[in-house]
Amino acid sequence: MGGALYRQSAQRRWAALALLAGLTVLPLLLQAVGHEFYVSFVSRLLIFALAATSLNFVVGFGGMIAFGHAAFFGAGAYTVAILMENGISSALVAWPLAIAVAALLALGIGLVSLRTRGVYFIMITLAFAQMIYYLFISLKAWGGDDGLSLASRSTLGSLPLSNDAVFYWVVLACLAATLLLLDRITHARFGRVLQAIRENESRMEALGYPVHSYKLLCFVIGGALAGLAGALIANHGQLASPSLLQWTQSGTLLVMVIVGGVGALYGGVVGAATLLLLEEVLSHFTHHWHAALGLALLFVVFRAPHGIAPWFHRRFSRSKKNEAPRE
Amino acid sequence: MTQLILEQALNGLQFGLMLFLLAAGLTLVFGIMDMINLAHGSLYMVGAYLAAAAVAASGSFVVGVLLAVAGTAVLGALLEMTVLRRLYTRDHLSQVLATFALILIANEAVRMVWGDQPALLNPPDALSGPVELGGFSYPAFRLLIIAVGTVVALLLYWVVACTRVGMWVRAGASNREMTEALGINVKRLFTLVFAAGAGLCALAGAMLGPLLAVQVGMGESILILAFVVIVIGGIGSIRGALVGSLLVGVVDTLGRALLPWLLRSFLPGEVAANLGPALAAILIYLLMAAVLFWRPAGLFPARG
Repeated sequence: MGGALYRQSAQRRWAALALLAGLTVLPLLLQAVGHEFYVSFVSRLLIFALAATSLNFVVGFGGMIAFGHAAFFGAGAYTVAILMENGISSALVAWPLAIAVAALLALGIGLVSLRTRGVYFIMITLAFAQMIYYLFISLKAWGGDDGLSLASRSTLGSLPLSNDAVFYWVVLACLAATLLLLDRITHARFGRVLQAIRENESRMEALGYPVHSYKLLCFVIGGALAGLAGALIANHGQLASPSLLQWTQSGTLLVMVIVGGVGALYGGVVGAATLLLLEEVLSHFTHHWHAALGLALLFVVFRAPHGIAPWFHRRFSRSKKNEAPRE
Repeated sequence: MTQLILEQALNGLQFGLMLFLLAAGLTLVFGIMDMINLAHGSLYMVGAYLAAAAVAASGSFVVGVLLAVAGTAVLGALLEMTVLRRLYTRDHLSQVLATFALILIANEAVRMVWGDQPALLNPPDALSGPVELGGFSYPAFRLLIIAVGTVVALLLYWVVACTRVGMWVRAGASNREMTEALGINVKRLFTLVFAAGAGLCALAGAMLGPLLAVQVGMGESILILAFVVIVIGGIGSIRGALVGSLLVGVVDTLGRALLPWLLRSFLPGEVAANLGPALAAILIYLLMAAVLFWRPAGLFPARG
């Protein structure tokens, strides 16, 4: 059993490396076949994958159903845009600041919200996100309804970020680093405690763990990573739009997580890829692709209740012999 | 000044009563079945569109609205029996996902049937003008909304608080297993509650249609307000929904009208012009966060 587990994790590492290698050469391949414009689409996909992954850390590992993740996503985007407006365009300054602002926001919101649980937690995170949303659309100095556009992309040393392929590689590096970080966190003591809290909060409390602080830190890490995704999305479209802060954005991210697989490391990536690819493909076939997307989501709810990533995983492991039965 | 406050208070009352029609169904669904239904706003939208179509076809506002309410109630019952019923035993995340999917489908279905343009829904001619109301004039149609809202709210309150069916509903909300053990068919009761909730949604949609626009996406913005209302009031409590709706309606409307003016009296003009609308827009969310902070189960918790 232990051997099988080891083999499995080694296999997964190889699969991840192969996928990373494939994604790294993707812009070159797309250029070779003359479809460069898809580079920008895949960049967007990877940024949403990052945002969904950050939410999945909160939902899947921390066990907190947060319905206001757009607040941190948007805060990151607006931080970059506002700094750019004031003449600070260096990514080395702006992006860490975006992460810091999102983390601080998450700290504040988390401190209050974590007093509640269950449905009330869902609703209070939503309320805070709505406050941020309305704050930004009514502040005319920061673009109001129109959002704040960026004069150019951030500058990162001598890297030409205005080149879509270069920007893509930076995004890919951010996503890979985030996944690696979260993989380490979930296997470290902190991650183990967090997952134990998710499974049985009162028991962990009885064992003397500061449950509240653990959950708060998890919430802040999730918010900070969403801030990074926000900084990237603002650079991607050169716009910090209030729609990034809207509750439907929180809903979309949550849907990505659920579709991909709650609590699966790659759940956010799989979910974002599934949703955005479906959107892209369906919109080619029919004007009414929203309805088709809705039907696809209903399929996931009733046929793959634990999300697509575990669904594939189960398919994959079922075909192998000598596998311990799964529930 | 008092005139402005009075007028805005009436507007707030009118908006609050309409919110109550939406929140009543939502809070019962939430309370009895512990089910998050994001698609509740879609029923409101469908109701408004049905009303617009029925009013145009029949030429009478009253007939159109009644048809829309009946049609949406039937639709709600069908929806409950085909899709939502299978979600009760699932976790909240699955419910969010499935009802989010229903929003997408409903929006697209409305677009397929009625197109992208907002539908036209006019108030009845007899009520399109203003009426004199002890010194100031107030739109007659808004008065009608207040009247209808009050009557329906009282009726609903009476049904839930004083009749046998209402007793079952309250029992179901506070302890479903026990209610089932006592021989109440909660499943059928719930289809009924859901259909009634859908009908109330349609009524709110039809009454607000002439004031706000009847368009795709109208359900989503008001859905969040309805959720705020039921969380403030306490999930599953009709009394909480009524108090919460009026609170949210009045605070939101008065805040938007008075806050910028209040701020101007002690802040420099430019800051006040920026801050006023922002603060007014987030007032109800502040209210909700404050309620949850001090009373984490809402003002009138249904489960004791």
